[in-house]
Amino acid sequence: MSVVPLTHVIGLSMILFVIGALGALLRRNMIVVLMSIEVMLNAVNLALVAFSRHWADAAGQMMVIVVIVVAASEVAVGLGIVLSLFRNRESLDVEDVSLLRW
Amino acid sequence: MSASVPVVMFYALGLLAVLGSLGVVFNVRNTVAGALSLVGAMVSLAGIYVLLDAFFIGAVQVLVYAGAIMVLFLFVVMLLNLRGGNFGPPRRRAGGVFALLVGLAALWWGLDLLPGAFFGTGAVLPADFGGYRQVGALLFTDYVLAFEVASLLLLAAMVGAVILAKRDIGDAE
Repeated sequence: MSVVPLTHVIGLSMILFVIGALGALLRRNMIVVLMSIEVMLNAVNLALVAFSRHWADAAGQMMVIVVIVVAASEVAVGLGIVLSLFRNRESLDVEDVSLLRW
Repeated sequence: MSASVPVVMFYALGLLAVLGSLGVVFNVRNTVAGALSLVGAMVSLAGIYVLLDAFFIGAVQVLVYAGAIMVLFLFVVMLLNLRGGNFGPPRRRAGGVFALLVGLAALWWGLDLLPGAFFGTGAVLPADFGGYRQVGALLFTDYVLAFEVASLLLLAAMVGAVILAKRDIGDAE
């Protein structure tokens, strides 16, 4: 049986998560920040699928489905917020929306 | 050294996924290109899911992520039609450099730790693992609560998105 080593899949997941986290921290375009969060969620999904495969336990795949649902809701609400922010401020710069920053 | 076809495909798709994600994060010129690059990463991940015997998840990944979610992103990007949609590096540059360093250090540490990790010996896969039959049976028996909560969450998100994106709540006739 040809199997990809579990550690390599988890390593790929780590790489993707760090890329997404860096995007969410470094970029100032609000839409790109949302897309970076999607990359992070996908990295988590990959880890869940890999462990589900490793232990032959489909519970991990149920979690992936829940994560996908949460991601879809988050994108819908997030892009709604982006739209109304852009309508009010003509800007998508996260640095312009700092009312709640300490 | 006999690398079988699925293993080689895993590395190729993994490389594509990493390149696609990098295209999202470090493409500062064009947001549409970034979104399309993310579509590429999503589709590569769907291929990896299929290689990992998660066939249903792979199909859902293509339908929901590469299809619905990314269309939503592209729709909003093109609707807003930002000229110069990039805003450069963070204003407080020291914070950005610090974030980059911490991220790379965490990645280096994690990848360094990984070869020594022991995840237990894997289990033998049942014949129908990851197919729609098994996933569906589990989803509607053991995980039916999660399923129902997910439907409520989607309803709440739908209402929230409509309210948020509405032009003005007051003068809606």
